[in-house]
Amino acid sequence: MKKNTWIAPTVVLVVLLLIYAPILILAFYSFTDASSIGESAHFSMQNYITLFTTEELAAMIRGTLILALSVAVLSTILGTLGAMGAFYSKPRALTAYRIVNQIPVVNADVVTGFSICILLVVVFGINKDTFFPLVAGQTVLCAPFVFLSVYPKLGQMDPSIYEAALDLGASPATAVRKVVIPQIMPGIVSGFVMAVTLSLDDYFVATYTKPAAFDTISTYVVNATRGSQTEIKTALWALSTVIFVIVLGICLGMNRKNSAKEKTRVRKDRRVSA
Amino acid sequence: MKGTFQRKYLGIPYALYLLVLVILPLIVIVSYAFTDSNGRPGIGNFISFFTDPNTLGTLVYSLVLAFVTTLVCLLIAYPAAYFLAASRIRSKSAILMLMVMPMWINFTLRITALKELLTVVEGNLAFHPFMNSVIGMTYDFLPFMILPIYNQISRIDKSLLEAAADLGADPRQAFIRVLLPLSMPGVVSGISMVFLPAMTNYVVLDMLYNSTYIMGSLIGSYFSAYDWHGGSMISLILLVIICLFTLIAGNDENEGSVRGGSVL
Repeated sequence: MKKNTWIAPTVVLVVLLLIYAPILILAFYSFTDASSIGESAHFSMQNYITLFTTEELAAMIRGTLILALSVAVLSTILGTLGAMGAFYSKPRALTAYRIVNQIPVVNADVVTGFSICILLVVVFGINKDTFFPLVAGQTVLCAPFVFLSVYPKLGQMDPSIYEAALDLGASPATAVRKVVIPQIMPGIVSGFVMAVTLSLDDYFVATYTKPAAFDTISTYVVNATRGSQTEIKTALWALSTVIFVIVLGICLGMNRKNSAKEKTRVRKDRRVSA
Repeated sequence: MKGTFQRKYLGIPYALYLLVLVILPLIVIVSYAFTDSNGRPGIGNFISFFTDPNTLGTLVYSLVLAFVTTLVCLLIAYPAAYFLAASRIRSKSAILMLMVMPMWINFTLRITALKELLTVVEGNLAFHPFMNSVIGMTYDFLPFMILPIYNQISRIDKSLLEAAADLGADPRQAFIRVLLPLSMPGVVSGISMVFLPAMTNYVVLDMLYNSTYIMGSLIGSYFSAYDWHGGSMISLILLVIICLFTLIAGNDENEGSVRGGSVL
């Protein structure tokens, strides 16, 4: 067995290299004046200066972030209410919730985007410039994931705490607010984070429902690939690098927090068994 | 009137939302698919899809592309997940996170990075449309294959493998007879995460300067031509494929947490 100990790390390393080679190479060239990678180039911060000073790019990034946060807030409210409603409903209603909730999860995003565009824009005649189709459409994409993230937390909760709150004189609404919501908070938070990342990554719903003059990062990047503006193209390399660094930072932070949690848990277990 | 409050009423806003924005669009898709541009009902769109060699060819091409992409993803993701889960590598969770982290980086930016690299390697991307599509899709969807497989393998009770060894199985037999079957739910979940997007995510192809068409591209071009009826027929056909797929693969709600990218 001993002779094979190098295989596992090698496979893992090769896969990581495959995943990160394009991103890291692009990050390297984002700090140069090259207009395509592989060119001989000199160090330059021009791409970052363009990224942070071009109003068009700044507006696009701002728009994407505001959209993602609005959609995530709306999805979190709807998804959480839905999960609670479903959890406390009769089995038949619960099944209906779960099946319909699963449709946008398994459906292709192209179909979701296209069908919402037809309903809201073609059938109901809602103007895309109102942002209503875009926000409503992305919420269809995100809210089911909040539902799926909150629902299991309701099952893990001890139902007698809610009953106790009622016995102590809380109204059902107060008991939900003060007892149920705090207990399912971890599910709500992770649902919110999922909703943000799904909205940031969405291309299809956005492209079928957005106002013509508005761009998200996805639609902007796709249009920029078709165009030939080198300055914008290389500024997007800088954007890609910035997002990579931010995501890496968040992941490392989360990982450290989790490993700290894990350590305390192991220690506690040991204490209990000892 | 406090007595009339019931907790199940909390679900009403979401139920209405699902009704209007999930169920109703599906009904609209079906009714548009079976009417022509004058609003007359008929199966013209259906017949023209299945008699036009172009659209039929696109369907076949999408299925082949999705199949090959899924296979390539599996061939990379399974060893990666297996060796990460089975090895004595420390900080597995950190490495798993590195493997799935690209999920949270906008896919158009990742494909841009891939495109720049492929252009240097290949020169002109137009010469290898199929290969580039597979590479692009694999690059995009790999994390969605790694995560469910890893989760499944790491859940397997290690003592089962020890039992297999005690009963005389060599490591290869233990892998084929014990670990592989037990890891299958993860594989199935991974396949269903990759196969359908690979039939529909035409932006990956567009960004790699690919002129080949997949099912998603058809919806895109009907959308650009304001042909809602033709686009609805394609959507309906995709919906049927998705339904069949979900029935075969089983409806796994864990998929939600994988696609949403929740690792922990």
